[in-house]
Amino acid sequence: MNSNGYSLKRRAVVAGLLADRGDDLLVVTGLGGANWDATAAGDSPLTFPLWGAMGGALPMGLGLALAQPAKRVLVLTGDGDLLMSLGCLATIGVERPANLAVVVLDNERYGETGRQRTATAAGVDLCAIARGAGFVATTEARVESGLAELHRLARAADGPTLSVVKISMEPLKIVMPPRDGAYLKDRFRIALLGEDGIF
Amino acid sequence: MTESSLADPATAVDWPSDIFRVLKDWDVRQVCHVPDAGHLKLLTQCEDDNDIRTVTLTTEEEGVALLLGAWLGGERGCLLMQSSGVGNTINMLSLAKTCRYPLLMLVTMRGEYGEFNPWQVPMGQATRATMEAMGVIVLDAWEGERVGETVEAAAKLAFNGQVAVAVCLTQRVIGAKDFRALAEPKA
Repeated sequence: MNSNGYSLKRRAVVAGLLADRGDDLLVVTGLGGANWDATAAGDSPLTFPLWGAMGGALPMGLGLALAQPAKRVLVLTGDGDLLMSLGCLATIGVERPANLAVVVLDNERYGETGRQRTATAAGVDLCAIARGAGFVATTEARVESGLAELHRLARAADGPTLSVVKISMEPLKIVMPPRDGAYLKDRFRIALLGEDGIF
Repeated sequence: MTESSLADPATAVDWPSDIFRVLKDWDVRQVCHVPDAGHLKLLTQCEDDNDIRTVTLTTEEEGVALLLGAWLGGERGCLLMQSSGVGNTINMLSLAKTCRYPLLMLVTMRGEYGEFNPWQVPMGQATRATMEAMGVIVLDAWEGERVGETVEAAAKLAFNGQVAVAVCLTQRVIGAKDFRALAEPKA
């Protein structure tokens, strides 16, 4: 089982999503592959990469989006992490933060633990669930031509949006950001709020 | 709601309003919760306040992560839940210990002082131990008139010390429902 039938490369997709990000894009990643992909695209103090707390990326993104309505908040995560926080799609759908976008890097596998199949491998449709929960726009990209709409929903469109990108399974090297949570928190706050951020 | 005579006579004290004043004093902007009857009055006050965003969660663990996001964005928050919900937060509480951010939690207790429903007892009895095992500092409020100062102390500890602090509002304060008073009489 070395193929899931998809050809899009996760590192290139994420690098494209984060290109020219500037100071107005705040990023939260789920644990595992999404973390390594975002770091490979360039570590930033305005990216908060989770190393654990599975299911936490979505609610973190919501709290951040509500606190910073003038900034764009992008949650980058995997299908396994998203499946653990399906309820939060409803929470977000009710709050409807216009500045929140979710991108799911979906290889239909639990990539960190031996490539066991996730529910999306059996056809569970995350976009349909998100729409049912009140997300205002969704898209699913399976090939290169779908990436323009993915980019639009992730970076520009009124949210909350959820985009699924079906990606290939690849043996990739881990690219690690700092792993001390308190440091990641402090550097994020200082970059966003200024030196007062440490208080 | 029918409450047993075990409820603190001091519940004549308007302790929900005392909590609300503490939240306002600390400029709390995000109040997230899975609702509990014990938090009804406080929640109503929060919902009526234009400067507080009240977020209803589907499970309490969302609140632990949501408040980290809020803090990253420069806002203080508070998580309201029932003691049974504490069990839903366990792994997510890793964030509090690892990231060291202010996490203020107000827990309405079930399964302890005068509980009627045996299904509430296991988690109610494990609430304090569970939170302490995850590094949360736990304070109790056994008297209505002490709720305000206890929550104030918890807020100081959490927001000044960047730690996770919970206040358990005991059934002596909030009252214990006797379901029989709400049930159809037995034939």
